[in-house]
Amino acid sequence: MNLDECRGVWIFIEQNDGEIEGVSLELLGAGRKLADKLQVPLAGFLLGYGIKGLANQVIAYGADIVYLIDHPVLENYRTESYMKGVIYLAEKYKPEIILYGATPNGKDLASAVATDLVTGLTADTTMLDVDVENRLLEASRPAFGGNIMATILCKKHRPQMATVRPKVMKALELDEERPGKIIEEKISLNEEEMRTKVLQIVNDVTKKANLADAHVIVCGGKGMGDPQNFQLIYELAETIGASVGGTRDVVEAGWLPHEQQVGQTGETVTPKIYFAIALSGAIQHVVGMKNSDLIIAINKDPNAPIFDVATYGIVGDALEIVPKLIDQFKKLTAEKGGEMSYV
Amino acid sequence: MHIVVCVKQVPDTKIIKINPKTNTLDRRSAPAILNPYDAHAVQEAVKIKEKTGGIISVLSMGPPQATAVIKKSIEIGADRGFLITDRAFAGADTLATSYALSKALERINKELPVDIIICGKHAIDGDTGQVGPGIARRMDIPPVTSVIAVEEVNVKEKTVLIKRKLTSGYELIQAELPCLLTVEKEINEIEYPPMPNMINAARYEPIIWAVSDLENVDHAQLGLKGSPTIVGKMFTPPRPEGGKKFEGTADEQVSQLMDILQDKKDLFSIQTPN
Repeated sequence: MNLDECRGVWIFIEQNDGEIEGVSLELLGAGRKLADKLQVPLAGFLLGYGIKGLANQVIAYGADIVYLIDHPVLENYRTESYMKGVIYLAEKYKPEIILYGATPNGKDLASAVATDLVTGLTADTTMLDVDVENRLLEASRPAFGGNIMATILCKKHRPQMATVRPKVMKALELDEERPGKIIEEKISLNEEEMRTKVLQIVNDVTKKANLADAHVIVCGGKGMGDPQNFQLIYELAETIGASVGGTRDVVEAGWLPHEQQVGQTGETVTPKIYFAIALSGAIQHVVGMKNSDLIIAINKDPNAPIFDVATYGIVGDALEIVPKLIDQFKKLTAEKGGEMSYV
Repeated sequence: MHIVVCVKQVPDTKIIKINPKTNTLDRRSAPAILNPYDAHAVQEAVKIKEKTGGIISVLSMGPPQATAVIKKSIEIGADRGFLITDRAFAGADTLATSYALSKALERINKELPVDIIICGKHAIDGDTGQVGPGIARRMDIPPVTSVIAVEEVNVKEKTVLIKRKLTSGYELIQAELPCLLTVEKEINEIEYPPMPNMINAARYEPIIWAVSDLENVDHAQLGLKGSPTIVGKMFTPPRPEGGKKFEGTADEQVSQLMDILQDKKDLFSIQTPN
C-alpha cells in the first residue's frame, strides 16, 4: 500500500434515530486538532436513512467535508450494511486516520472495517496525538486494567484507526457560519442480502438519565468501611440532588450495582461537581472522572493520589466530614428557602 | 447444533502488579484465569444446548498452559476443547489473532459445521472487543455484539433472536445461522459446575494444534508479523494538576469549602421558589 496516497482525518458520525451521538461531536473537536497539525481536511462520514439534514451540524462542529450515504437499508445500524458503506468510502477517498466513538455500535463497526481494510485498530483510546513528521497517529489507552497507559502505533497500514471513549475529548463550540462541503455517495445495498434484521429498538429512558449525564456526583470508596456507612454517600447525594457513584472495590463488594461504577471498567463521567469520598484515586478510577469541572476529595490519608487531581481537598475522616457537609448544605438550602441547582 | 466458544486465558487484572520502575506488567504476580466474559459465553452455550441439543466445542489460542481454561470450560459444560499453540502466533494483535482463530475454526467447521460462535465481549487484559467481530468477518458470518439475551434459537428456520445492548436501551435482532455473538456479563449467571463435569474436566485432554495442523495459512498474517499495531511506549498517565488542600479542623475545612462553593455561582446556585 502506498501510504502517501492516504490523506485526511475522518470521524464516524454515529446517529441514532436522527440524533448525532455526543461522542461523535467530541471526536470532531479532537479530530480538528489532528487535521490542523497534519494540514489536511477533517471529514465526518454519516450513514443512515433520511439523515441529510444532519450534515450541516457536522460542519458546524468542525468538519470541512461531510461524506454522506443515505439509504433505506441503513435505517438502523447493522454491522453488515454500515461496514459496506464505510469500506466503500475509505477505499474511494483513502483517509489516513479514522476515529469512531467507543460505543457498542462504533466498536462493532470499527472492528469489522479494520478486518476488511487489513489495518490496525486501537480500542478505547483516551488520549490522541499525532507525530506530524511521520504522520503517525499516537493513540493512547489505559492498559492492564488501567494501571498504565500504552501508546499504540500503526506504522505500515492505512487508515490508522481508533475507537475513542465518550466524554474524554471536548467538542468545539457550535459555529453555524463555518463553511464546509457535503459529498453524497450512492452505493447499492439490498435488504434481501442482509442476514440480520433489527426487529425492535427499545430506548430505556431511565438509563439515559444515568451517571454519564449527571451534573453532580457523590462517589464513595471502600474507605467508607461498610455498607451502612455508605448510606452517608446516599444521604449527601440526596441533600444536594446528586447521583451516587462508587469505585470498583465498592461495586465488587456488592454495596452498589455495576451501573454505578465510575472508572475504566465502569462509566466515564464529566459532571460539574464530583465528590470523591474515601477513595484513594487509583488510575482506573481517575481515568473515568478526571474531566469533571470541579473535583472535591475527602480522604484521611493526606498522601492519597486523589488529592493530585482534586480541585479542593479535605483531609479527614469521611465519617466525620460527610455528616458536617450534609448539615451545612441543609442549613444553606433552608436559609435560602430553595433547592440546589447546577447551571 | 454445533456451538463453538472462543476463550482466552488472562492474568487476573484485579491483582496484577506493575513494576513501578519499568512500568511493565509483573505476570508472576497474577494468577491466570478464564477471561470472565468468556465464562459467560460458555455458560450461554450450555443454556442453548439444553434447549436445542448438540455439541459445544471450545477454542483457545495461547501458550501450552492455556489448556487450563479449556478444562475450566469443560467444567462449565463444554464437550470438547481445542488449543492452538505455536511460536508463530506470538505477539499477535487483534487482527492477527482473529486470523489464526479463523483458520482453526475453518478446520473445526470442515469436520462438523458450526452454527453459532460465541465470544466474551472482550478480554480483561486487552479490553479491545475486536477479535470476535474480526472472526465473523473472516468467516463471513453476521456478528451480533454486546448480546444481553439469546431469546430464541430456531433450529428449523436456522435463526436466532437476540437482545443487543445499546448506549441507551437495547434492540431485538434476528440473525441467520451461522452467526457470531459476543456476550455481556448480564446475559447469565455462572452456575456452580455439577460434579460429573468436574470429574470430566479433570480427566480431559484438550486437542492441541500447531500452525502445521491448519490449512491454507498465510504465515505473513500470523503473530507479530501479521500485526499492524505495535505498542510505541508505556507511561504513567499524567495526572491533572491538583488544587488546594484545606487546612484546619474538620469544621474549618468544611466551612472553607462551603464558602468557595457559594462563590461558584456558575456551577452551583440555590433556586428559590418564586
